[in-house]
Amino acid sequence: MSVSHDINTLRELKDGKLSFEKLHGLISGFKDADRFDKMVQIWQESVEWDDPILLPLAEHLFVVRKPDGRRVVKSTWGYEYCDVQENWKLHAKVFVRDSEELINEIYPDKLGCDPEWMQLREYYDPLSGALLEVEVVPPGYPIVHDFKPDIDTFYRDWLGRPVP
Amino acid sequence: MLNKVQAVDSRIENIGWEGKTLRQMLKESDDIFDRTGHYQGLKDLKIRTGQPILYEKIFSHLRGGLVNARSTALNISASPIVKEIGELSFALYTPEGESVALSTGIIVHVHTMADAIKYMIRNNYEQNPGIAPGHVFCNNNSMIGDVHTADVHTLIPIFWENELIGWAGGVTHEIDVGGIQPGSMCYGHADRYGDGLLVSAELVGTNDLFHEDYLQRCRDNVRAEMYWVLDEKTRLTGCQLVREQVYRTIEEVGLDTYKAFIREAVEEGRRTLIGKVKQMGFPGEYEAPTFIDLPWKNDETVHPLARKDTMMHAPLRMKITGDGHLGLSFDGANQWDYHSFNCAPSPMQGAMWVQLTQTLWNSDKINDGAYYATSIELPKGSWCNPDYDKVSTTLTWFFLIPSFTGFVRSLARSYFARGYLEEISASYPCTWNLLQGGGINHFGQPSAFTNFEISCQGTGAAYVKDGEATCAAMWNPEGDMGEVETWEHLEPLLYLGRGRKANTSGAGKYRGGCGAESLRMLFKTESQILFSAGEGHVFSSAGVFGGYPGNSGYRHNVHNSNMKELAANKAPYPTLDGDPENSAISAMVKGDEVFDLNQMTGPHPFGEYDLYASVQRGGPGLGDPLERDPASVAADVNGGELLERFAKPIYGVVLTKGADGRLQADVAATQAERTAMRKRRLERAVDTKDFIARERERVLEGHIHAPVRAMYKSSMKLSPRWAAHFRNFWSLADDFSF
Repeated sequence: MSVSHDINTLRELKDGKLSFEKLHGLISGFKDADRFDKMVQIWQESVEWDDPILLPLAEHLFVVRKPDGRRVVKSTWGYEYCDVQENWKLHAKVFVRDSEELINEIYPDKLGCDPEWMQLREYYDPLSGALLEVEVVPPGYPIVHDFKPDIDTFYRDWLGRPVP
Repeated sequence: MLNKVQAVDSRIENIGWEGKTLRQMLKESDDIFDRTGHYQGLKDLKIRTGQPILYEKIFSHLRGGLVNARSTALNISASPIVKEIGELSFALYTPEGESVALSTGIIVHVHTMADAIKYMIRNNYEQNPGIAPGHVFCNNNSMIGDVHTADVHTLIPIFWENELIGWAGGVTHEIDVGGIQPGSMCYGHADRYGDGLLVSAELVGTNDLFHEDYLQRCRDNVRAEMYWVLDEKTRLTGCQLVREQVYRTIEEVGLDTYKAFIREAVEEGRRTLIGKVKQMGFPGEYEAPTFIDLPWKNDETVHPLARKDTMMHAPLRMKITGDGHLGLSFDGANQWDYHSFNCAPSPMQGAMWVQLTQTLWNSDKINDGAYYATSIELPKGSWCNPDYDKVSTTLTWFFLIPSFTGFVRSLARSYFARGYLEEISASYPCTWNLLQGGGINHFGQPSAFTNFEISCQGTGAAYVKDGEATCAAMWNPEGDMGEVETWEHLEPLLYLGRGRKANTSGAGKYRGGCGAESLRMLFKTESQILFSAGEGHVFSSAGVFGGYPGNSGYRHNVHNSNMKELAANKAPYPTLDGDPENSAISAMVKGDEVFDLNQMTGPHPFGEYDLYASVQRGGPGLGDPLERDPASVAADVNGGELLERFAKPIYGVVLTKGADGRLQADVAATQAERTAMRKRRLERAVDTKDFIARERERVLEGHIHAPVRAMYKSSMKLSPRWAAHFRNFWSLADDFSF
C-alpha cells in the first residue's frame, strides 16, 4: 500500500509537536516510502550551512557532501568532524565522569556506577557544547564506533539511484 | 481427540509426510533452504497470491486458536506468575519444528521450543521413545532448547491419520524448580548440578495423560509442587486446544491446503522480515557493547569457584547488508564461568527473536521465518555459547538481558537515518531487582517464591516523548507487576510500600520512564533465604544521542530491625527508601544495616521483621538534557520523579516556587544557566585524542580494576579479532596482553 505523509506532519514529528492521535497513526500505519527524502529536506532546512545532506547520522550530526566530493560528518552548528568512514567521536571534545563526585552530579549516590568498574564518556560538539553521545563503558574500553553507514549500497541498491 | 482416525501408534513407522521420517523431512528442509535461499524452496506463495482471503482466514483461525488457548488455559494455573503476570505462551509448529503462528505472552520461547522439537527429531525420537498420537513431551533443558530450568515446555505432536502434521507447544515460568536454593532461578552454586529438576525433552505422557510417575517425580523434586503440577495441566490443556483448532481448520480447508499454508506462512515470515529491514533499516555496521558486574569476591554464600569479582562483556555488533540480511555478532564475549548466568545459544536466538517482535516486526504474523532472515554469531567457549555443557544456566537472563540493549539502540540509529523518528527508542532497562527466596512460610509450609514485579520497568525514551513509567519487560511486552495482596499471599514478606522511585529515569531531552521500588518486611516466618539480583557497579543499558542511562541498583536491607517495636508503639515507619542520600530506612529504622552497591547477592538468610528494599529500573534517556522543555523538568520534580537538587546540574533548569506552592521553571534564568553550562562543558572537556593518549597510559600500566582487566584478558584470549581491535585502538604491541 502506498502511503505518503504531508511534509508539515513530518516537521511536527521532528519537533515533537505532533498530536498523540497523529503520532499513533504514524506508528501503527504502513510506512511511507518517500520518508527519507522528505526528512533530508526537513533537516536541510534546519541548518544554516549549504552542504547537501546525504544522510542524517545521529541527532545533530549529518553526513554531507563537500564541493570536492568528500563525505564528511558535520554538526548542526557547522563543525566538520571527519570523513564518514572515521569515528566522529575521535574528533570531538570529551568529558569523562570517572569519580564518584562527577557521577553524583547526575545520579544520587548508589543510583550511579562505581568509577572503578565503569565511566561515563560525554562527547560534546566543539562549537556549541551540545552533548551528542554518552558512552558507558569500563575504563580502558576502546571508543565505540556506534554506526558506520554503507551509503553507496543504500543509494544504489535500496533507493535505486546514485549517491548525490 | 488424539487423532482424527485414531491410528494405532505401534503400527506407525515413518510418521513424516509421504512416508518419510521426520529426520528426512528436517534434513531436506535444511538442504533446500541452503540451495535455494527460500524456505522449502518456495519461490511462489500460491495460496497467498492466488487466494489471499483464504490465506488470511487460515492464519486468523490458527492465531485465534492460540490466543484462546492461552486465555483459557491460564485459568487452570494457580501461580500468580502465570495467572496474573501472564508468563505463558503457546505456538503452532511445522512437522520439522518451525513456528507458524503464536499466541500473545512470553513469546521469547517460541523459538526455544522450536529448538527442542528439532532436538527430538535429530535424536531420532521417532524410534525411541517414539512419537505417536497422544504423546506428551516436556523440556526445560536450555542446552536442548529453552532459556533456563524455570521455563518448562510442553510439546505435543499433532497427527492427521498416520501423518504428523505439526506440533503444539506451550511454556510457563515456574515459581520453583527444586534447585539447590529456593526460587525459580536460584544461583550461587557452581554448575548444573544445583539447577534443579531437569527434564530433557522427555516423554512424560501418553494418551493425552501425564504419566503418574512423572508427576510424582515433579512433586518430589520441587518446593512449590502444587504450582508446578497445575502448570503442567495448564500447558497440556492449552496444547490440546491448539490441536483442536488445527483439526477444525483442516476440516474446513482440507489437509493439502493446510500443509501448503504452513509452508507459505514461514516463507512469508522470512520475506516479511527482509522487507522490513530494507524498509526501515540502513545498511552498515553498528557497535553497541554492554556489561554487567558480578561482585562476589566477598560473598560467602556462593560457591568457592564463583567467589570472585567478574564482569560480563557483550560486545554486540549488528550488520545490515545490501540484501536485507540482519546479522548480530557477540564475537569478543568473555568466557563462561562457574555461576548461573551462562547462556546457551537457544535463548540467545530467542532473545533476538523477541526483540524483533517489538521492533522491526511488530505484527501478529511473526514466526520462525525471521530465523531464516537473520543470523547470530556466538563465540564458542564464551558465556553465550559455553563449551562445557554442565554449566549452570538458572539465571541466564542476568547476562542475556543487558546484552541485547544495544540491539534496540542500533536499530534506533537505523530508524533515525531513514527518517522513521516515531519508531526510535533509547532501548530498554534491565529487569531487576529480582527478589526470590523461600523457607518455612507464613502458613508454616516449606515454600519458595519468585517475585515478578520485574515485569514492570520504565521504558526507554522515544524520539518524540518520554518513556512510560513501570510498565514493561524486554522479555514480555505485556508487563504487569501483579497485585501486592497476591504477592503477600505467596510470600511471607509484607509490603510496607510500593511506589515510583525518583531519579531512576535516564536523563535526556526526553527522559526514560520512571522505575519503581518496594519495601518489604519479613512477617510470620522465622527465617527465609532471599536473593537480590541486578547490576550495582555499572549501568547495564545506555542512552542514545546524548541521553544518559537510567539508574543502576543497590542493596539496602536491615537485619534484626526494631520494626516490631515501631509497630507496637504505633511509631512512624518507612514505606519506601526514597532518595538514597537521605534514606527513609536509615532515618527511621534501627538494626544491622546493609547498604551498598552489591546488588547481586547469593542466598542470604533473613529473619522476621528484617527489611528488604527492592529497587527497579528506569528507562534510558534520549538527546541532550539541556534541550529538555524546562516546564517538563518542573513537572518531573513536582511529580516526584526528579529530586529538586538535580534540576539544575542535569537539566540547567532554575526552579522557583509559584503562588500555588508548586515549582516552576524560570525560563530566562534557565536560558542563561544553559548557555553557561554549555560553555563550562567545553572548558572542562578535552580533545578526544588527548583523552586517548591519557587512557592509553592507564592501559599500558595496567591501572584498571581487576575484574575489568580480567574481562579484557578473557575476551582477547577467546577472540583474536577482538584482541587485534583492542591493541590497534590503543596502539599497543602485537603481543600485548593483560
